[in-house]
Amino acid sequence: MADEHETNDRKGVTRRQFMTRVGVGAVAATVVGGPPAGRAEAAQVMRPGEMAKITLWINTRRHRLLVAPRWSLLYVIRERLGLTATKVGCERGECGACTVLVDDRPIYACMLLAVEAENKKITTLEGLMQGEQIGPVQDAFIQHDAFQCGYCTCGQIMAAEGLLRKNPRPADEAIPLAVSGNLCRCGAYPQIFKAVRAAADKRGDQ
Amino acid sequence: MLPDFAYTRPTSIKEAVKALSAANARVHAGGTDLLGCLRDEIFSVDILVSLGRLDSLRGIRQTADGGLRIGALTTIADVAENLLIQKHYTALAQAAGEVASPQLRNQGTIGGNLCQKPRCWYYRGEFHCLRKGGDMCYAADGQSQFHCLFGSGDICYIVHPSDTAPALIALGAKVRIAGKRRQKTVPVEKFFVLPEDDVQTETILAAEEIVTEIILPPPPANLKSRYRKVRARRSWDFALSGAALALQFDDSDVVRRARVVLSGVAPIPWRAPAVETVLTGQALTPAVIARAANAAVENAEPLAQNEYKVPLLRGMLKEELGAFG
Repeated sequence: MADEHETNDRKGVTRRQFMTRVGVGAVAATVVGGPPAGRAEAAQVMRPGEMAKITLWINTRRHRLLVAPRWSLLYVIRERLGLTATKVGCERGECGACTVLVDDRPIYACMLLAVEAENKKITTLEGLMQGEQIGPVQDAFIQHDAFQCGYCTCGQIMAAEGLLRKNPRPADEAIPLAVSGNLCRCGAYPQIFKAVRAAADKRGDQ
Repeated sequence: MLPDFAYTRPTSIKEAVKALSAANARVHAGGTDLLGCLRDEIFSVDILVSLGRLDSLRGIRQTADGGLRIGALTTIADVAENLLIQKHYTALAQAAGEVASPQLRNQGTIGGNLCQKPRCWYYRGEFHCLRKGGDMCYAADGQSQFHCLFGSGDICYIVHPSDTAPALIALGAKVRIAGKRRQKTVPVEKFFVLPEDDVQTETILAAEEIVTEIILPPPPANLKSRYRKVRARRSWDFALSGAALALQFDDSDVVRRARVVLSGVAPIPWRAPAVETVLTGQALTPAVIARAANAAVENAEPLAQNEYKVPLLRGMLKEELGAFG
């Protein structure tokens, strides 16, 4: 069930909170799983180090929190919201450990400013859970032993989830390409490909 | 953590141009190149001007004359996956599909791809090189395996990192630019700057100017185009060498017009008129293809470690021209 989760981090609040929403009530009224469409606000300037209150929609929950302009989505997801499935790797868009879905498409959370993710639909690995149940792609990774150390796994799963959301019946050739933005130093690629294939086939059967 | 900066997200192009007129302001489009540069302290920024709210700069539309307009904020992935582009401007779809990795294609924009900074490891490293306002180029006598064969002017040996730009030039695209005065439209070919003209910049954009749109002309009849990128691994890597080829054939398979633009071998997307001359008026026989491939490398000036690019470029062009059918 989608519910409202308020995260008001008051640490480090400075003089003015630019970009603070006027009419928070209007946003609250639409809290059912996704960002509202069509918002227009006047441009304001966030000063260096200044915190602004933004709304992030993560795993169908609405989070209101204070962020500095230079914070990456990765930092906010892990350090402010405690969603630690998203891993810190290279922090330069080269390894894929921090892959999350933004509007159902895989992106590197280290290369996206949190302020840029405002009002977009963000999905982390935690969002693939159904309560205590793991999702079908996660299950396929376990069934096919698609990891060794496991550090890249959450990112691999999110890349695979992004593929299957866009293309539920991918050709075999599409699978290596879909996870080609995710490094696995243990070399579990053959098992990863098999797991994604199995997850796709299972979806197709349903 | 990135160095600190101010941030604003204007709601109109006019506001964005105004915000960019502030000292040391920079455009944020997809952010994939920008954030890397800031993290590595290649340059600093006082204020980031995000284009994120300029929805009018997103999307691909057909123009009245049968051409195409691609909003500058359209993602690389959307360009690669667009059916009209795949069909009529194949080289562009192929080039977009070869950019970086899936995640970066989902975030990076076509406008940003034209405006990205070079990947020379001295420029990206802790070297105060010419391009960063220093007084020497470290690649000239240094590690040069990924550097250019053409166009350095013996000044700076970067290669332009874009895959989409060579394809756009081969297809005769123009770029629309908003600035303080009225919008202007410039051929993509004229958008890039050689080291001999200004070693500290890659494009003609003024600080407050924004790329708003790419305009593709209507595809001529019998136009076939391809983009080929050679790199060490299939994902992420930039081109060791590449080529966008746009050939217009007549009914008897003779090349009527040719545009050949190379990537990975010059500080700007490198038009190869000598190759175009060889191809024009000819059918693509093995002899013509061999002559064209040789013409491409005629004036190459390799450095100590990038001589491999000469046979690579020649061989790649042979393969690509042979693949037109």
